Amino acid sequence: MSAPLLSARGISKRFAGVRALDNVSADFFQGEVVAVMGENGAGKSTLMKCLAGVHQPDSGTLTWNGKDLRIASTRRAEQLGIAFIHQELNLCDNLDVAANVFLGRELKKAGCFLDAAAMRARTAALLERIGLRIPTNTPVSSLSIGQRQLVEIARALSLDARMVIMDEPTSSLTAGETATLFSVVRDLRSAGICVVFISHRIPEITAIADRVIVLKDGRFTGTLTKSELAPDRIVSLMVGRDLPPPEPRPLRQPGPVRLEVSNLRTAAFPASQLSFSLRAGEITGAAGLVGAGRTEAARAIFGIDRPIAGTISIDGNPLTHGNPRLAIRAGLALVPEDRKEQGLILDMAIRDNLSLPRLRHFAPSGFISDAAINRSAEDLSASLSIRSTGIHKLVGELSGGNQQKVALGRWLALSPGIIILDEPTRGVDVGAKREIYSLIESLAASGTAVLVISSDLEEILRLSDRILVLHEGHLAGTLTRQEASEASVMQLATGSSPRRPAA
Amino acid sequence: MNSLFASHQKTLVIAALLAVLTAVCAWLEPRFISVDGIGLILKYAGLYGLIALGVSFVIITGGIDLSIGSWIGLSAVLFPVLLRDYGLSTTSALAVIILLSAAAGALHGLLITRLRLQPFLVTLCGLFIYRGLARIIGGNREQMVPQAQQWMRSTFVKAQPLGDLPIPSVFLLLLVAAALSAVFLNHTVWGRHLIATGRNEQAARFSGVNTSAVRITAYILCSIFAGLSGVLFLLEVNSAQGSGFGNFYELWAIAGAVLGGCSLRGGQAGVTGVLLGILMVAEVRQAVGLIVRDEFKEFVIGSFILIGVVADELLSRFLSRSR
Repeated sequence: MSAPLLSARGISKRFAGVRALDNVSADFFQGEVVAVMGENGAGKSTLMKCLAGVHQPDSGTLTWNGKDLRIASTRRAEQLGIAFIHQELNLCDNLDVAANVFLGRELKKAGCFLDAAAMRARTAALLERIGLRIPTNTPVSSLSIGQRQLVEIARALSLDARMVIMDEPTSSLTAGETATLFSVVRDLRSAGICVVFISHRIPEITAIADRVIVLKDGRFTGTLTKSELAPDRIVSLMVGRDLPPPEPRPLRQPGPVRLEVSNLRTAAFPASQLSFSLRAGEITGAAGLVGAGRTEAARAIFGIDRPIAGTISIDGNPLTHGNPRLAIRAGLALVPEDRKEQGLILDMAIRDNLSLPRLRHFAPSGFISDAAINRSAEDLSASLSIRSTGIHKLVGELSGGNQQKVALGRWLALSPGIIILDEPTRGVDVGAKREIYSLIESLAASGTAVLVISSDLEEILRLSDRILVLHEGHLAGTLTRQEASEASVMQLATGSSPRRPAA
Repeated sequence: MNSLFASHQKTLVIAALLAVLTAVCAWLEPRFISVDGIGLILKYAGLYGLIALGVSFVIITGGIDLSIGSWIGLSAVLFPVLLRDYGLSTTSALAVIILLSAAAGALHGLLITRLRLQPFLVTLCGLFIYRGLARIIGGNREQMVPQAQQWMRSTFVKAQPLGDLPIPSVFLLLLVAAALSAVFLNHTVWGRHLIATGRNEQAARFSGVNTSAVRITAYILCSIFAGLSGVLFLLEVNSAQGSGFGNFYELWAIAGAVLGGCSLRGGQAGVTGVLLGILMVAEVRQAVGLIVRDEFKEFVIGSFILIGVVADELLSRFLSRSR
């Protein structure tokens, strides 16, 4: 093999003390397609961003074309010939295609006037090359996500990029758009360009990648060449060492069905239907990769968004769509994923956050009794062991773990029959995590039907009696506590399992 | 609902500012604190304070109402027309004005919450439409308070029911309205839902608050305050012409609310603050007329608010840096 185009040696990167990348080394060659895989939080995006100058590695070296160098900025990376395409695409909606391709590097005439004709002509040639048949003056806002992706690639080509890095390019593409993207990727490969992309979809990767690099917990766990690409091998590299099996504990005896969801379709995945049920006294885990549609389903069930179709019933009674108040009255509670924006009002006091969902209880006469609110807040605060200087403290000034206890605790006094917790321990320290786990377990013990949505597999395996695995908006499979392991969940979550039912 | 200390602190600062302002004006011009002078300030504060109170409900939600002045004009010409041309009794005329105001507010609220139009845009259209209606209904002539209702002019605006104290009845009306508003805002479920919605609408929705209903109610209250104030302004002046009556009044009300510590980003407002704010506006208006010349009052009040908000911003930056 010839010398690598880009070689990374011993790259490490920490964020706020958390190790995102730990001594990762990898080589990238001309004219190859490399897929980067790993679970949520494995460090894939961080590695890509270190290569493209978005982040600076704390240690390690990058060698480009045989020369050691530092890639101080994305601009520097672009000058070298490394183009980075963000997952959330960096295009200006209000400008046309040509303006986006040349954004920040506009061609000029007479030193100050835009040379629109030249930019259009060069953009047209680039679009021709990637087979995107749209006029160069089309506003980006009228393009589909797939077309925008291709515009980003045209921009990369306009930079004479020799390496194109894409962060989950297919995550929001339709099957047809993915096929178009891949044929462009093959053309880039035959032109000698190195294409590196992140994907969670094993079938896609076996179709296009020449090589797969797998990361796990910020470490490099292996590389597979085309001939070695098999779903089982990829999953076993992603999972790495097996987690200890879930602690043996007496199986909970699930009670009657409390929540029944059938044929739910959300705007995020209009083509997929989701059906499942939650039983009293049972903890159900919802596993899946980020963007598998779990949060969207939770929002639709709780009534924040109106689902496209489907029925949600609580104790056999159908729930009106799109009305959180009725959902709460029927006994449903949701602790949302985004604690700071949705779960809590940060610039209000602990007591006010705790009382907000049930203010009416404190105002039997129509007027609120602050004394009653304070008493209840003191009680909850003590039973949840929320550590603060008092119930009048602003929630925004608490630690993540204590904030989460408030976000959860505000529902406890309502004794909900069903509680959905979306990422209940994100950004929470180990001690508070353990307290939240025992809180969840005691909720189940008291007969609440619990759904835990989590991207932390260890958490899902530890808590769940039953695990729903979602993949692109549909239920890829259900695992019992006995069947569940990191590997069996990942297999379903990446869509590589043959057990995938027809949606 | 706020961290109590922080909000009290802000109110105290505003009260101190008001005291300093009063002292400086009195020192520059002794007539400023004469019995007549104080009466004028309080009358003015009473009239504008009612609409400032109304608009502060909307401001808490992060919205704005630009149509208040036009709605005052419409209500001021409508009141005599209803009494004279339609032969309604005083009570029925007031009831019609309250109902129409509630309907206008509900329309604003529905357009803002259901169609997600911007409050600025919706109430800007209202500003033009209601002004137009005031001119059409008023028939381009002065609408006078009829003979039979002349008694209201003194009773509801000018009279000083507290004996020798120079406190006009309209200011007492404001105090009653403020007390009711304070109870509403701080001691009812609706009021707390309003504040929570203003702080973080998304989180309020996730807590089961019907944020649309709460916001619509705020616009309804604002318009009702404007409609009733229209009648009071008419009683004060005795006649109104649709083309100009009430022009820009909403801006004085918003100025009072902002000086009283309301944040136009929403979530931040207190009834006491609004009262103090509108008193400041009234004092500055009066003082400029007495000490400089009347034509300077807009210039001075604008500069006064600008200095106030710049100082507030710099102070809070300084505090957060030193924390």
